[in-house]
Amino acid sequence: MPVLIAHTISEATEILAENPDATILNGGTDLMVEVNFNHRHPSSVLLLRNVPQLREWSIDSSQQTITIGAGVPYAAMETGAIAAAVPALAQAARTVGSPQIRAAGTMGGNLGTCSPAGDTLPVLSALEATIHLSSQDGERIVPFGEFMVGPKKNSRLQHEIITAVTLPITGRRQGYSKVGVRNAMVISVASACFAVVDDTPRLAMGSVGPTILRAVKAEKFLTEATTNLNIISDEIAREFGQIASTEARPIDDHRSTAQYRAHAIKVLASRLAVRGTAS
Amino acid sequence: MSTNEFYSLKVNGVDHHVSDAWIGESLLYVLRERLGLPGSKGACEQGECGSCTVFIDGAAVCSCLVMAASAVESEIATVEGLNADGTLTDVQEAFVTEGAVQCGFCTPGLVMAVHHLLDENDSPSELEVKEALSGNICRCTGYGRIFAAVDKVVAVRKGALS
Repeated sequence: MPVLIAHTISEATEILAENPDATILNGGTDLMVEVNFNHRHPSSVLLLRNVPQLREWSIDSSQQTITIGAGVPYAAMETGAIAAAVPALAQAARTVGSPQIRAAGTMGGNLGTCSPAGDTLPVLSALEATIHLSSQDGERIVPFGEFMVGPKKNSRLQHEIITAVTLPITGRRQGYSKVGVRNAMVISVASACFAVVDDTPRLAMGSVGPTILRAVKAEKFLTEATTNLNIISDEIAREFGQIASTEARPIDDHRSTAQYRAHAIKVLASRLAVRGTAS
Repeated sequence: MSTNEFYSLKVNGVDHHVSDAWIGESLLYVLRERLGLPGSKGACEQGECGSCTVFIDGAAVCSCLVMAASAVESEIATVEGLNADGTLTDVQEAFVTEGAVQCGFCTPGLVMAVHHLLDENDSPSELEVKEALSGNICRCTGYGRIFAAVDKVVAVRKGALS
């Protein structure tokens, strides 16, 4: 019952090809909770934490994109060059768990688990990030919208590992907010990312549906209601939130109610629409 | 590729051998139950309370969320190793003198978190202290005495107090 330790991406895909049932481990902040509570009994584990390539990130200035390795911990996204390139991602990373969780947890893990409450996922949805997957067959790049297919379900194939995420550097305003029962160490009850990309507004909503949802009607409304996305009246922002709320598909569960989640999304969307504007 | 049914962990600079362990055992469990290092405390087993905080390759993490067998290539540091001779560190001294220890269960994790904070930032703001300790839950003190202990260490290290 071994832990199989990879040191390169090709070694990792080779191990996975030989051990297709291996549980993939990076920061461990999701997996070990399930193991500690006897919800999962892995028989073999593929460790990706010791693959230096997965902890790298780079900016492509000609394409205006940033590619962040799946093993980069949240702590590295909170400040510095990653935060400057993708401020909404930094804001989302800062809401994850606690400093100890952010030192260990990774975006690769967020994508592997693919919970609707995953903190970075609304950012990946709003910015239409692409997910890089590697296997013995080569590399596959999947848009986030096709990657997350259900609650805790993604389109990663069993023999693939998530290696990186590519996001656009928009240079326009973007923001992330979430609601939970307290400030630190909380799983979101509702979350949202607003971003202006190619001069169009985008809103992605978390914890209010089976996947991260894009509020396409609200986006269309805001595009038609404004001529300058840096000047948004409170009235338009309120209606934007109202429409977004009708596009949410929240449920009652142990963390909150559908009714409260719909309300929270309305408030989050309204606030994010005006955050950073001149008015 | 390496396998780890029998493996060894480097804790506080010393190699410890672990045999016949189950793959899913957390580092916290192995430290306490197999290696005789009970300084790290276990409470929530889900990364919420911070009482099991250790350093892995210099990062402060919850040892309950580290699969022990996955840490074979890492340097692990626990509260027992802060001062190799067993004396109290300045942070531990300040916790005692400022009354930051009541039941004491959260103390090892908080001491580790404070050391980690002050190693990276020698004059943290109040907000930075609160954020750095936001992963450590204390049910007794209400945190006031803990913040006072942090302030004291900062002052002493700057030579403002002795």
